[in-house]
Amino acid sequence: MNIAAAQSVNSSLAHVSNVLIYSAMAVYLFAFLAYTAEWTFGGRSRVARQSAALAEAEAAAAEAAAPAKVSISVAAANGGTTTLTRTVAAKAGKVDIVAKGDAAPPVEGAGAAGGNDQADRLGRIAVSLTSLAALLQLGGVVARGLSAGRPPWGNLYEFTCAMTLVAVMLFLGLLYSGRDVRWLGLPLMLGVLTGLGVAVTVLYAASEQLVPALHSYWLWIHVSGAMICGGALYAGAITSGLYICKDFYEAARAEGRTKGGRWSDICERMPSAASLDKLSYRINAIVFPLWTFTIVAGAIWAESAWGHYWQWDPTETWAFITWVVYACYLHARATAGWKGRKAAVLALIAFSCYLINAYGVSIFINGVHSYAGL
Amino acid sequence: MTTTDQPDDAARAAAAERAAAAEADSPEQSEPDPDLPDAADEAAAHEAAADEPGDGDERDELSAAGRLSSAPLAEQEQPEAEVVGIGVLGWTRWAWRQLTSMRVALILLFLLSLAAVPGSLVPQTAASPAKVEAWQQAHKFWVPLFDKLGMFHVYSSFWFSAIYILLFISLVGCIIPRTWQFVGVLRARPPAAPRHLVRLPVYATWRSSADADAVLTAAQGALRKRRFRTSTAGGAISSEKGYLREFGNLLFHISLVAMLIAFAVTKLAGGQGTVIVVEGGSFSNNVTQYDDFEPSTLYTADSLPPFGFTLDGFDASFQTSGSARGQAITFAAKLSYWLGSGGKQTSGTASVNHPLQVDGDNIYLTAHGFAPVMKVTNAKGEVIFDGATPCLPQDANVTSLCTIKVTDGYVGKDGKKTQLGFTGIFAPTAEIDPVLGPRSTFPAATDPGLFITGYQGDLGMDTGNAQSVYQLDTGAMKQLKLDKTNPWKAQLHSGQGMKLPDGGTITMTGLKQWANFTVAHNPGTGSALVSSALAILGLIGSLFVQRRRIWVRAVTGPDGVTTVELAGLARSESSRIAEELAEVALVLQDTAPADRDDGDRDDSGDDPSAADRELTATSLSGAGEAE
Ligand code: HEM
Repeated sequence: MNIAAAQSVNSSLAHVSNVLIYSAMAVYLFAFLAYTAEWTFGGRSRVARQSAALAEAEAAAAEAAAPAKVSISVAAANGGTTTLTRTVAAKAGKVDIVAKGDAAPPVEGAGAAGGNDQADRLGRIAVSLTSLAALLQLGGVVARGLSAGRPPWGNLYEFTCAMTLVAVMLFLGLLYSGRDVRWLGLPLMLGVLTGLGVAVTVLYAASEQLVPALHSYWLWIHVSGAMICGGALYAGAITSGLYICKDFYEAARAEGRTKGGRWSDICERMPSAASLDKLSYRINAIVFPLWTFTIVAGAIWAESAWGHYWQWDPTETWAFITWVVYACYLHARATAGWKGRKAAVLALIAFSCYLINAYGVSIFINGVHSYAGL
Repeated sequence: MTTTDQPDDAARAAAAERAAAAEADSPEQSEPDPDLPDAADEAAAHEAAADEPGDGDERDELSAAGRLSSAPLAEQEQPEAEVVGIGVLGWTRWAWRQLTSMRVALILLFLLSLAAVPGSLVPQTAASPAKVEAWQQAHKFWVPLFDKLGMFHVYSSFWFSAIYILLFISLVGCIIPRTWQFVGVLRARPPAAPRHLVRLPVYATWRSSADADAVLTAAQGALRKRRFRTSTAGGAISSEKGYLREFGNLLFHISLVAMLIAFAVTKLAGGQGTVIVVEGGSFSNNVTQYDDFEPSTLYTADSLPPFGFTLDGFDASFQTSGSARGQAITFAAKLSYWLGSGGKQTSGTASVNHPLQVDGDNIYLTAHGFAPVMKVTNAKGEVIFDGATPCLPQDANVTSLCTIKVTDGYVGKDGKKTQLGFTGIFAPTAEIDPVLGPRSTFPAATDPGLFITGYQGDLGMDTGNAQSVYQLDTGAMKQLKLDKTNPWKAQLHSGQGMKLPDGGTITMTGLKQWANFTVAHNPGTGSALVSSALAILGLIGSLFVQRRRIWVRAVTGPDGVTTVELAGLARSESSRIAEELAEVALVLQDTAPADRDDGDRDDSGDDPSAADRELTATSLSGAGEAE
C-alpha cells in the first residue's frame, strides 16, 4: 500500500486565487452600481427620451407604411466593406434592395442610457469595470487550477466561479463584437454577484486533489461543457425574462394602457420584444447541441466509471429533464400558437431545471455523482 | 401529418396567385380554395410566423413561395367538421393525426420531463435497495400508494413507459411522412416564382440594357456557384438551398429512435454481477461465484463468457495532510486474467474510471476494504480456521464491520462440538474513542487493529435460509465469557493473538485488502454512442442551416429595357438572406449593369444618407400597392 500523497497542493497559489475572486466580486459590485446608475440617470432625461420616442414612433409609422429598406454590408471590390446599395449605385446606377419584415419593423429601445450622455458615460464605466472584474476572476480561476494542477472546476465552488466567468465573458464578447447588449449588464451582474456570493460562503471548499472518481479527462470535457452551457443559458434566460416583460409592455402600449411610470420608463429603453425573443432563441439554440453533447459525454464517462452509461442517477435525471424542456422550447418556437410568451416561459422553466440540476441535486440529493465537495 | 411541404407547391402557388388576383385585402376575406385546403394552412402558418397579421396580399404571396419548415401545423390541421360522424376509421385517423401532431408531441415531451422528476426525489430500487428500505421505514403511510404507482421504480413504471412509448410512436409517425416529403422535395424542382416577387421579404430590382436570357443564364450560374439548386420556368429562375436543415432534422429524430432501440437492447440483453475478491484470490466468471447477479431477459447464467482473474494486489493512496486528509487519490486493482478455462494469463489493471475489458465484458472496480487474515486453533492446538475475512467499511476512514465464522473443529469445555462466531470492528488506523469506541482515523493501514467479541453455539447456517457472510445470527449462540460477568473481548494488532476462554487461540496473522468488482455486460452501448453522435450532427444541421429560396426574373419590355427582379425567402430566424440576395445582385452587375440615372448619381455619389433617402423613395414608389 502506498500512503503518500501524489502531489501536494500549492497553498499560496490557492490563497492568491481566493484574493482574486474576492477582488473580482468587489469590482463587480461597483460595476453593478454603475449599471444601476446608468438606468437611473438614463431615465431622468425623460424629456429627451420622450421626444426621441416620439420621433421613433413617427419613423416606425412611416416604416410600417413602407417596406423597410436595409443597407447591406458586402465586401467592396477594393477590399473594404461598404453598403451594397451604395456600391451598386456608385458603380452602375440604381438598384433597389428592399427587405421587409413580416410586419412593421420592431421599435428598438434607446438602451439603458436612454440617449443621455452622462448615463452613457456611466454605462461605459460599468463595462470597463466588468472587464476588469472578469480579468481578476479569470486570474482567480486559473490560479485555482494551477494550485492543484488540475482543471479548475473540481467541485461546486470552482464550478460556480468558472460558470459565472463564462457568462461574463460571453457578455463582453458580444459587446466587443459590436452588439448592443449593454442592457444585459445589470441583470447579469446581479446573477454573477449572487452566484459568487453563494460560492464563497456556502459552497467554498479548499483547493484539493480530486477524488479518484473525478480523475478522468472527461472532467475537462463533460464538466467544462456543462459550465459553458450554464453561463450561456443564464444569458438566454435573462433575455427570455426581459422579453416577457417587454412583450407585456408592448401589448399594453399598443392598447394605450401604459401609465408612463418608472416601469414604462425602463421597458421603453429595452430592445424590442422581437429582438429579445430572437436573441434568446439564438442563445438557446446554440447551446442545445452543446448541452446534448455534454450529456452524451457524461454518459460515456458514466460508462467507464460506474459500469453503465445511464442509470437514472438524480443528476442524470435532471440533465435529461433540462434537455427535454429545452427541446420543448425549440418545438414550441416552431409551433404556431406556442410561440412568443409561452415559449419564453418554457425557456425559463428549462433554465430553472438547469439550476436545480447544478445546485439543488448536488447539494440536497445524494446520488453517485461525487461532485459537490460539500 | 397532413401538411406537406413541397410536392404541391406549384398547385399552392397557383391557388395563392388566384387569391392574390381576387384582390383579397384583409386576412378574413381571403377564403381558401376548397380544392386546396392546404393554402389556408399556409396562410395561417404565415400569419402565425409574422407576429402581427400582415397585409392580406402579402401573406398569400408568401404562401405561394411555400413554407420552409415541415413542422406540422397541429392547430390548423383538423377542420372540426371532418371529425363528426365518421365512424371508427375516422376516429382512428383523427387520433393518429392528433398523436403525430406537433402540439401533442410538445405535450408529451413536457409530460416526460415531469414524469422523470419523482424518480430523482424518491429512492429507486434499481439504484439502491437499501435506501428504498430506509425510506419505506420512515414513510410507512405512503408505502402502499407509492408501491402501487411504481414510485420505487419510476423509470420502468407503466406511466413513465406509456409516455415515452406514445412519444416515440408520435415520433415515428412524424418521421415517416416527413422522410417521404423530403425525398419528394429532393426529386422535385424548386417551386416556381410567384408572380409578384416584390411582395417577398427580400427584394431587389433594377433596369438594365442587357438581354433577359443572358441575365437569367448569368443568374443561374451565380446561384449554382453558391450551391443553390436551380430550375428555370417562364422567364424566371427558381433556386433553393439548405436542404441539410431538413436532412439534419430527420437525422436527429431518427437517431432518437435508434437511441431508444439501443437502450432497449442494453436493457434486454445486458446484465451484471458483483464479487468481492481478496488479494491473492481468484474469480471465474460463473454465477455461483458472484455475490450478486442481475440477469436480464436475454442474459442469463448460461450467457456468461468463460474467463477468470486473480487479484494480484491493490494500490490505494490518500491525502496525508490538509483539510481533505484521508481523501482518496488513487485506487487501482492489479489483475491477471485469462480467457476460457485456464487460458494464457495476461496482466491488467482495473481502476476507478478505467475498467478492464475482458472478452467483451467490463470489469469495474467499485469498492475496496480490508480483510484481516485470522487463524483460530482449538484446545488441542489444531488449526480450525485460517483465512482472510473481508470486513465491510462503514465510514470514509474504513472503520469496518467484521464477522468470522468457524463452523467446524471446535470442542467446548463440556466436550461437545460447537461453532464459533466472532464479530467486531476492524480499523486500519485504530484509535479508541471514549464515546464511539474503536474506530479508524485514516483509511490506510498504518496501525491496524481488530476489536472483537466471540460467541459459541449454532451459527444457524444449516437451516437452509440464506445468510449473509457479513452478519452473525446470535439467536442460538452464547457470548464467550471470561468469568461470570465479564465478556471475552479481544483487541488484536497484526501478529497478535488471544486465548479463547474454553481453550484455543485466535490470531490476526496478517492483513490483506479486498476489492469489489462489477462485471458488466452492456450490449448496445456502441449503438447508443453512434446514434447520439448522429443526433448531435443532425441537430447542428437542423438548427444552424437555413433553408432559403431565391428567385430571379428578367423581362425585356417593349422599350428594350430589361427589368431584373430578385427575391428571397427564408425562415424568420435567418437574417442572412438579404445579404445573400445582395451578393447575387452584385455579381449580376457584371452581366446586367444597372442603368445609370445621371441625376440620381450626382446627388448620391458621395453622400450615403442622400443615397439612402433617394433609394427609399424609389422603393416606396416601386412597391406602390403597399400604400
Ligand atoms: C423524443 C423527443 C423529441 C425531441 C427531443 C425533439 C427535439 C427536436 C429539436 C431539438 C428540434 C429542432 C428545433 C428547430 O429546428 O427549431 C426539433 C424539430 C422538430 N421536431 Fe422534434 N423532437 C422530439 C420529438 C418530435 C416528435 C414526436 C415530432 C412529431 C410530431 C417532432 C417533430 C419535429 C419537427 C416537425 C421539427 C422541425 C421544426 C422546424 O424546424 O420547423 N419532434 N425536434
